[in-house]
Amino acid sequence: MGLEVHAHLLTNSKLFCGCSTKFGAEPNSHTCPTCMGLPGALPVLNRKVVDFAIKLGLALHCDINRRSIFARKNYFYPDLPKGYQISQYEEPICENGYLDVFMGDTKKRIRVKRVHMEEDAGKLVHESTIETSSYSMVDYNRSSVPLLEIVSEPDIRTPEEAILYLKILRDVLIYLEICDGNMEEGSFRCDANVSVRRKGEAILGTRAELKNLNSFRSIERSLDYEITRQIELIKKGGEVVQETRLFNVDEGITYSMRGKEEAHDYRYFPEPDLLPLVVDDGWIADVRKTLPELPIEKMERFMNEYGLPKYDVEILSSDKGLAGYFEETVKIFPEPKTVSNWIMTELLRELKDGNVSPKDSPLSPAHLAELLALIKDGTISIKIGKEIFPELCKSGASPKRLVADKGLVQISDETAITSIVEAVIARSPKEVAEFKAGKEKLLGFFVGQVMKEMKGKANPKLLNELLLKRLKD
Amino acid sequence: METLLDMNITQLRELLKRKEITSVELTGFYLDRIKRYDVELLTYIKLTEDVAMDMAKEADAKIAKGEDGRLLGVPLGIKDIYCTKGIETTCASQMLKGFIPPYDATVIKRLKEEGFVHLGRLNMDEFAMGSSTENSSFQVTKNPWDLERIPGGSSGGSASATAAGLCVASLGTDTGGSIRQPASLCGTVGMKPTYGRVSRYGLIAFASSLDQIGPITRNVTDCAMLMSIIAGYDPMDSTSLTQPVPDYMEYLGRDIKGMKIGIPKEYLVEGMDPDVKKTVEDAISFYVKNGASTVEISLPHTEYAVATYYIICTAEASSNLARYDGVKYGLRVDGKDIIDMYKKTRLKGFGKEVKRRIILGTYVLSSGYYDAYYKKAGQVRTLIRRDFEEAFKKCDIIITPVSPTTAFKAGEKTEDPLTMYLSDIFTIPVNLAGLPGMSLPCGFDSAGLPIGLQIIGQPLDEARMLQAAYVFEAENNVKKIPERFRNG
Repeated sequence: MGLEVHAHLLTNSKLFCGCSTKFGAEPNSHTCPTCMGLPGALPVLNRKVVDFAIKLGLALHCDINRRSIFARKNYFYPDLPKGYQISQYEEPICENGYLDVFMGDTKKRIRVKRVHMEEDAGKLVHESTIETSSYSMVDYNRSSVPLLEIVSEPDIRTPEEAILYLKILRDVLIYLEICDGNMEEGSFRCDANVSVRRKGEAILGTRAELKNLNSFRSIERSLDYEITRQIELIKKGGEVVQETRLFNVDEGITYSMRGKEEAHDYRYFPEPDLLPLVVDDGWIADVRKTLPELPIEKMERFMNEYGLPKYDVEILSSDKGLAGYFEETVKIFPEPKTVSNWIMTELLRELKDGNVSPKDSPLSPAHLAELLALIKDGTISIKIGKEIFPELCKSGASPKRLVADKGLVQISDETAITSIVEAVIARSPKEVAEFKAGKEKLLGFFVGQVMKEMKGKANPKLLNELLLKRLKD
Repeated sequence: METLLDMNITQLRELLKRKEITSVELTGFYLDRIKRYDVELLTYIKLTEDVAMDMAKEADAKIAKGEDGRLLGVPLGIKDIYCTKGIETTCASQMLKGFIPPYDATVIKRLKEEGFVHLGRLNMDEFAMGSSTENSSFQVTKNPWDLERIPGGSSGGSASATAAGLCVASLGTDTGGSIRQPASLCGTVGMKPTYGRVSRYGLIAFASSLDQIGPITRNVTDCAMLMSIIAGYDPMDSTSLTQPVPDYMEYLGRDIKGMKIGIPKEYLVEGMDPDVKKTVEDAISFYVKNGASTVEISLPHTEYAVATYYIICTAEASSNLARYDGVKYGLRVDGKDIIDMYKKTRLKGFGKEVKRRIILGTYVLSSGYYDAYYKKAGQVRTLIRRDFEEAFKKCDIIITPVSPTTAFKAGEKTEDPLTMYLSDIFTIPVNLAGLPGMSLPCGFDSAGLPIGLQIIGQPLDEARMLQAAYVFEAENNVKKIPERFRNG
């Protein structure tokens, strides 16, 4: 399998004009002569897009071509105002890179053939659906919004690998802050080329291209379906034909959209309205300076530096903000595994419930560290810590303050605990007798009773000691 | 009033400034002439009388306030290929009938900033494809020197109107000779600047890598003046050149002593009119007498220029004209589905020559043919450019005829496109090399039809070309306006 990913870029303006790229505006309000394809209008390259392309190229270990050219891809469709899309064909900006993904514990390298810049088309809008509407309207707001197309080599062997590759690639794009990775809004789209070969054969068979893959789930399902379809076809003595197939989400199967004979001849040729793009070493060096640590690098560092298991680092590095949160906390409370546990369970749950991103979390890393310190020094129990966690996440209050205000400080006073222990034992002769007769799991009953009396504030370790001592007397 | 026709823009501006004439009067004078003569010449597709009068009044008001502008109050004719805000712009095509641009081309903006008066839209070959203006879908413009003959093309309306005194001057566009050839056949001055010197923003594209805008005027001074206004970097056109623009007017009147003129040996082609040959040779002799020297140069790849040109320009045109699909503006012919609508719209909207070129261009870009045609043409283009680079090591300017013949009769070549294409042999290589070239009236043939001298310069050397042209014009009183358009 080889994948072609289209990533919408987070620039403020379009690829070849100054119009806004904002999603969801009034139809055709973000347009001008250039992105409407009016006669006489000309494209002017947005240099920010080149910055982004170089950034991704570097992140994917590509060669950045010092000279690249734009080309026209010619075809007719109402959402394409010029009758051609400005893209790159021969001589794209980035070539020959790779992306490493973890397959279990082994690292697998997926080669990236090329990354190129191109403009998006507009959008057809219908009264209800395309089948029932008697006319189409065109919205050119999306016309000329910048895209990067990332083409992998056919190095992907299983649908699982495909999903891993896509997820890591999406993480990289988000890390680089060049794409929001939103699949529902179409900011991150994928087409797949699928082919099979018999065991032992070196050359891959004829490929089919799959389109309309809008979620990781549909990608996986369509790949599964398509692989099985091709294998069954060959087993029955059939032959796979080169074609474009559309995935139907409801039925879970792929349909032939157009065959090789109907394939478009895009008549690519160099775009005469734009000069060849020349990128010098200085430009590349400037972009390199802005390059953050990438997910896979971070994962490896977290394992080595903090001694965390792979499961933890995968979760922590999946989001740049979360990884930053972790490191901030560890700086103050240097027990990485404890911090990781609290982040993966408590924090992520709360963030998810509140639909907040880690960097916007009201509970700051400093406060999380403070909370963990309170637990460590015995001021509060883990249980209390977990209880007040949701509130800390909502209010952003200082844990110390909250614990004091609510009177949650743990009681470690032996006399105070002993008096309650005595009271509980005194009123539970039956249970005491059973315990002494060997039913030792009743310890929990006594702990519960004491805790109930003490509103959960008794130091659990101390309580255990005192109870056992008393009961075994 | 007739002497107004013989004045250049600078002189007209003096009259206006001294209030010896108002812009409304000057504009009225031209509008009257258009109404009188254009019935037979058919140079204007559309007269924008109200717009012109409003602009003239505004100019007069500004002049009264003491404001200045290099074209303030001067009426010009505009080839119908520049997007002009609020004014129907058709490219002489049924496809764009009713298209009113919401924006101004950069050249129009620059003319407006200098205060020009917009007389109307001048005729042309549809989408600038042609050498006779017979491909206009509206009307066939006549040559003012002989109404049975064509004015050249594609800027035939601009050249004919300028020659007949139906505007002070005009703008044209040149893809393979579309300024120089009609300028030559109508006896006017025309310049195609270096590719990238004048912004193409808002110019309706025919072949993007070849198209260039330039003036068509009755004298070299106006050509220099208009060049000073329209030339210069424009951030809206990525192919626009950033080099500063010299004051071309300063070069007028300088002598040409020591100037080396290259004469290409390949340019004595078969079918060359002996009158054209003789008149051009006389002009070269004039230069030699005035202190220039000649040197024979070679442009060995000239014979491939026409074929190369028709691959590149049709390829680019096939793509540039794809946007005329009936979806957004201009003509739409309804169909049973979208494909049917495309087909019907383009069938009706485009003329025969435009279709011919779209088909040719689509073919040369098709997979399996691209390498043999488009790619090969690009390589030959490089060779042609190198020919000129080599030649300019030996000379400062190159002189050739603009066209091998004088104006031909209407209908004479319409059924034989190949002969029509070949008549552009002297102008096409200049576009392929991106060089500046101009047409200068240098005499008449035995039938009284004008002959143009082509001066080709090095990149961005328009000033030297204007300098050489001015010397010739000043010393040789070549008649500019045909007598019949001078009568009362």
